[in-house]
Amino acid sequence: MTEPANNGKSFDRFLHTRRRIYNGVFLVLTGIATAIALAALFLILETLVSKGLAGIDAHVFTMSQPAPDEQGGLLNAIVGSLVMCGFGMAVALFIGVLAGTWLAEYGDGTKLAAVVRFLNDILISAPSILIGLFVYQLLVRPFHGFSALAGGMALALLAMPVATRATEDIMRLQPNALREAGMALGANRGLVIRSIIWRASKSGLVTGALLSFARISGETAPLLFTSLGNPFLSFRLTQPVAALPTTIFQFAMSAYDDWQRLAWAGALLIAVAVLTTNILGRVLTRGSVQK
Amino acid sequence: MSTAASAKTEALRVADAQGNARKPRDDWAFRTLCLSAVLAMMATLIGLVGSLVSGGWLALSHFGLSFFTTSTWDPVADQYGAAAPIVGTLITSFLALLFALPVAIGVAVFLVEICPQAIARWLAIAVELLAGIPSIVYGMWGLFVLAPWFAQNVQLPLMTWVTPGSWLEAIVMGVPNGANIFTASLILAVMILPYIAAILRELLMSVPSHMREAAYGLGCTPREVIMRIMLPYVRRSAIGAVMLGLGRALGETMAVTFIIGNSHNFPHSLFDSGSTISSTIANEFTEATGDMHISALIALGTVLFMITFVTIAIARLLLGRGGPK
Repeated sequence: MTEPANNGKSFDRFLHTRRRIYNGVFLVLTGIATAIALAALFLILETLVSKGLAGIDAHVFTMSQPAPDEQGGLLNAIVGSLVMCGFGMAVALFIGVLAGTWLAEYGDGTKLAAVVRFLNDILISAPSILIGLFVYQLLVRPFHGFSALAGGMALALLAMPVATRATEDIMRLQPNALREAGMALGANRGLVIRSIIWRASKSGLVTGALLSFARISGETAPLLFTSLGNPFLSFRLTQPVAALPTTIFQFAMSAYDDWQRLAWAGALLIAVAVLTTNILGRVLTRGSVQK
Repeated sequence: MSTAASAKTEALRVADAQGNARKPRDDWAFRTLCLSAVLAMMATLIGLVGSLVSGGWLALSHFGLSFFTTSTWDPVADQYGAAAPIVGTLITSFLALLFALPVAIGVAVFLVEICPQAIARWLAIAVELLAGIPSIVYGMWGLFVLAPWFAQNVQLPLMTWVTPGSWLEAIVMGVPNGANIFTASLILAVMILPYIAAILRELLMSVPSHMREAAYGLGCTPREVIMRIMLPYVRRSAIGAVMLGLGRALGETMAVTFIIGNSHNFPHSLFDSGSTISSTIANEFTEATGDMHISALIALGTVLFMITFVTIAIARLLLGRGGPK
């Protein structure tokens, strides 16, 4: 072996070792990153569950908002949230499913559809507090009053783009053969959509609904100045109404231990509701759609 | 019920009209209904822009450019300058991105390339769960757990450790209660981390396997395959994912409102309390009495809309149709 060849060999070995070390360090760093993310998840869930469970008792579901240092629960907030989410989902699904249908079936390929699709994607990620400001200007200021209706409308506007996107995505997955078969039987396009495509997309549409519900059920910011809050149980759409997230915000920021305890209980309830709808939605998707 | 009934009659009519199939195929009513739903959606966006601009016009026209350049926020004297919340929004969002991005890339790479797939599936679900937790929960955790811990174990030791008058002191000074710009950025980072990681993971999984296999076949190490082949391959969409995370941080309200300290002063250090656009709106809107105060808050909203609209629009353009729902 000559000198230079030997040098070359050791240089090769040096390069090889360096690449292996770089690789090892890189792999360890990615592992650490994952550990950090999981640790964050664990820490948050651990606090949430321990403090939340400590705050949950039967009164949480049966009594309304207490005065400080008195016994009470979150009934008014839970009812208010359900009412507004229900209203919001009804409006959002009605418009969202129809709009998604147009995008997937009628508008496909047109300029308008491309623009709408793009703007809809932007609306999905738009800050929710801005939606709240919009609804305030639209429904609260002109009628001189905060109301459950305004809160529900804000939630509807938040869920609408999600429902639209989900509807369009699932309907696009349906094979054209289905549409052609329907047309060949003499049905018009609307009939094909309503009684064939919608039916075939049923589980996908349910998933879309669940995901948009998960999106709005934890929303706080837009409700602060649309539904305001209400310490009493209320079913009236034209009156201010409490919502779980806004009540949590109010209680958590307060100085009373009882209220903070209830805030944790409420936070746990919301988190459980959102996570279960999320998981349910994903399980349904996995079962029905082969990508 | 009515759908099913009309379906039956329509089908019958078409079957009868053998030679004249065109007319029953006309579905203008349903088509118009769908189109009007689309137009309603568009009206939402136009109405959103219109209401923000018209609501904020009073303040914007009254203060003009000084609305953006001054930081006096005084509801009593009706003087409003939005520089502090605007700067606060930008600082917290970019800090959050700085913290979250390396970790998010690490998580995505680990899940796609390194971890055994059987475990990776569960970890991916865990990461997506983290993305699904409502922001108010993050806010409460920040206020009750992170802030006290941070004040006790980071802020106080640092403040006693730095030499008075040095540049380091200028960075870490502030009320040691843990509610400051830095902790707000940390919470934001935890919030956008799973969001970015989930999109990046899907992007990395979309890299064609022959690209990876070719690179491994040449003797590349996993690090080289990821850094030189896979990440460059999804570069465009990855930037979109990051911008989407940024957009989320810019607009996030509740988590920040809990923990940023809500002061209207210009933040003087990293550990100083501050405010963001959204936290200011959330805190003051229901208590605002004067028309000018409300208008100034809506004008703030207009600024936030413009910032986030541009960010999200670029993000969606880069991501194409692959973006998340």
